[in-house]
Amino acid sequence: MTVATWARRHVLSTEDWSRDEIELVLENTSAMTEVLSRPVRRAPPLRGRTVVLFFAEASTRTRVSFELAAKALSADVVNISAAGSSVEKGETLLDTVRTLDALGGDVIVMRHSASGAPYFVAARTTAAVINAGDGWHAHPTQGLLDAYTLRAALGDLAGRRIVVVGDVLHSRVARSDIHTLVPLGASITLSGPPTLMPSAWRCGALPPGVTYEPDLDRALDGAAAVIALRLQRERAESGLLPSLREYARTWGLNEARVARMRPDAPVMHPGPMNEGIEIEASVAHGARSLIAAQVTNGVAVRMALLYLLAGHPS
Amino acid sequence: MSILLTADDVRRAITRIAHEIVERERDFSQLAIVGVRARGDMLATRLRDALRATCGREVPLGLLDITLYRDDLTRIGYSPTVHRTDIPFPVDDRVVILVDDVLFTGRTVRAAMDALLDYGRPRAIRLAVLVDRGHRELPIRADFVGKNIATALGDDVRVRLVESDGRDEVELAQKVPA
Repeated sequence: MTVATWARRHVLSTEDWSRDEIELVLENTSAMTEVLSRPVRRAPPLRGRTVVLFFAEASTRTRVSFELAAKALSADVVNISAAGSSVEKGETLLDTVRTLDALGGDVIVMRHSASGAPYFVAARTTAAVINAGDGWHAHPTQGLLDAYTLRAALGDLAGRRIVVVGDVLHSRVARSDIHTLVPLGASITLSGPPTLMPSAWRCGALPPGVTYEPDLDRALDGAAAVIALRLQRERAESGLLPSLREYARTWGLNEARVARMRPDAPVMHPGPMNEGIEIEASVAHGARSLIAAQVTNGVAVRMALLYLLAGHPS
Repeated sequence: MSILLTADDVRRAITRIAHEIVERERDFSQLAIVGVRARGDMLATRLRDALRATCGREVPLGLLDITLYRDDLTRIGYSPTVHRTDIPFPVDDRVVILVDDVLFTGRTVRAAMDALLDYGRPRAIRLAVLVDRGHRELPIRADFVGKNIATALGDDVRVRLVESDGRDEVELAQKVPA
């Protein structure tokens, strides 16, 4: 039995994580899925702790997932959303942080449209901070839940090639998937329109373990899994795409494309989906789809992180 | 440093506990064994095997991880890894024999009972331990004891089992007088 250690106070990005840290979270996630399968879906470790959910950018599923996770560990949960709060009245992020700190939350879970905002908050609070998505930068809990879901379906990820298709340029999910799956031994093939790829990556200066193949059919040939990214409809209006219809034809997942992968290779999507654009309904709800499992596993991953942060001796 | 139980003593203790269980628990159909991770689950497995050898009955076995139920989360007991609990049977109306290696303050047993009760309502919970070393901080006692040992509070009782440590023995490491 390996003696695991955990020294992090915050979860801001998995970019600088060791493989051991990722493995510890995945192992604890497995124990948390067991808690969620019990008749009483609740364990007591965070009794008396307060988890503040500070979502300055719209989100339903991630916020609800964190709320269920915190409650399953018996924490108290406080919700602060940008709409209808002092943020809308012009309060600065610094003032919001001071207020959150004074309220005495033990963990702040935050989503913000500005990349790096959770780092700003982490440097100015006594609470532990979990990044629930910041701008285009990172969404570490999504990367971890995708890793857990893929492991559960495929076993060891060593040597497995996983396709990530879509708007990589604006996607914190794509970045966090890379930063979590590559250390576990997987390789990533990015696909999607060149206009929606970071320019350095499009020009061949890719991170280790990552390649770019604009032709989705070629990317999918023999792949172990595919993750489709959400396409924001405004990308077509801003001139990065000719039209949504053309995107769906060229980079949308349909039955014929999915069949190019290995037999039973799973299909994933971080949600919310634009069915008929980046993914056909028959694929999204088909036999290969792990999209429902992603949602379930998301709660368990967030429980694992809340336990590690709130349980850590301060 | 002294050896309290040899490999042979450990084997005999488990066999004796199995016989005591057979004597005291008449209704085997409702019996179940649940071991507390990490070494309690190994002892529970051996106890299950001993019961099979003693009376030919198969008693269901579960493994309990109590990390999420500890009362010292932010104190010395913080353990970052949470292992899976595996109780593959309904505990409702069963007589559950909880198995651990050492009974000391009673806090682990308290946590284990809380965890077990989240799975249902057993008819009764009994406690079997390899070693009872005294110094309880909670009103808890064992129903089946391999060996009672008088210890000083600062002593260290180390249980080694083949499955995790390569050999069976229980050792008492006495606190060095200041």
